[in-house]
Amino acid sequence: MTESPPAEFSLNGSARVLVSGQTTAELVAAISGRSITAEGTATDGARLGLAVARNGAVVPRSQWSKTTLEQDDVVEILSAVQGG
Amino acid sequence: MHDLLAGDSLPVHPDPLVIDGVSLTSRLIMGTGGAPSQEGLGAALRASGTELTTIAMRRHSATSGSSLFQVLLDNDILVLPNTAGCFTAREAVLTAELAREALETDWIKLEVIADEQTLLPDAVELVEATEQLVSRGFKVFAYTNDDPVLALRLEHLGAVAVMPLGSPIGTGLGILNPHNIDLIVSRAGVPVVLDAGIGTASDAALAMELGCDAVLLATAVTRAQDPVRMAQAFRHAVIAGRLAAQAGRIPKRQHALASSAMDGRPDL
Repeated sequence: MTESPPAEFSLNGSARVLVSGQTTAELVAAISGRSITAEGTATDGARLGLAVARNGAVVPRSQWSKTTLEQDDVVEILSAVQGG
Repeated sequence: MHDLLAGDSLPVHPDPLVIDGVSLTSRLIMGTGGAPSQEGLGAALRASGTELTTIAMRRHSATSGSSLFQVLLDNDILVLPNTAGCFTAREAVLTAELAREALETDWIKLEVIADEQTLLPDAVELVEATEQLVSRGFKVFAYTNDDPVLALRLEHLGAVAVMPLGSPIGTGLGILNPHNIDLIVSRAGVPVVLDAGIGTASDAALAMELGCDAVLLATAVTRAQDPVRMAQAFRHAVIAGRLAAQAGRIPKRQHALASSAMDGRPDL
């Protein structure tokens, strides 16, 4: 019996094992180390400064907790860096 | 006579830069690119007196974090996200959408470049992106070539500021075509910000003397040997150039004109 390989998605250009049912909000919390409200803000009240694109489209903060990640999704999480 | 030498009380009259209804005291807009450390960058930004500073959007990492954004917030500096690194209108619009989402501002410095060698704006993509962003409610600060026709077109498309380059990004070659900058300024109905190519303080003063409303620079400070001192130099240069532009310079003339009276000379 062969086991099928785990389902994956792409996060910032790297493959990542898909946790079944994981929402965008949960992913942002895991990446940022901060807990996220249902509105997509940080529970500590400070500005989060992050944005998420999924398959080439913006996922608005308000949709993070309702957007479940799927196999082969291409997710980009961006923040501000020096530039310009 | 001592009053003349009193020093740092200038400018005497409030002379704010107003963009999209927001009033700024400083006419120096800083970029943050090229700084070797965030601590040094913070010191240079404070020394520059800037109230508006550009940042780029990139993949989040634990090290880059959101800390730069926090440094700017802590220093009461407004954030102007850019679309640096975008080659197409499509990329630029998506980057702007992400910046708006992350930073909660609808201001965007629109930068759509043609190639990595020149980093010059791609006029066709720039026009396309400006149209789309304006229709989506963004306040577009359009980084553009020093082309008076294109600058006016961007304004008519709804840009809140036009930002012609002095010379290509990072070259420090100064203002290569002052006549074009003069033309852009003379016909503009929105603020003109000289962006890119500034090398040293006199370049910024010249931009202001030509009538630009502000100057945007990064590399000239962040890669100077002493960024804090250079930031101070630019702070003063922008003020000096603005005052000179308002003061009305003397016309240039072919021959000398004595400033001491010829009457009353002694027979010697």
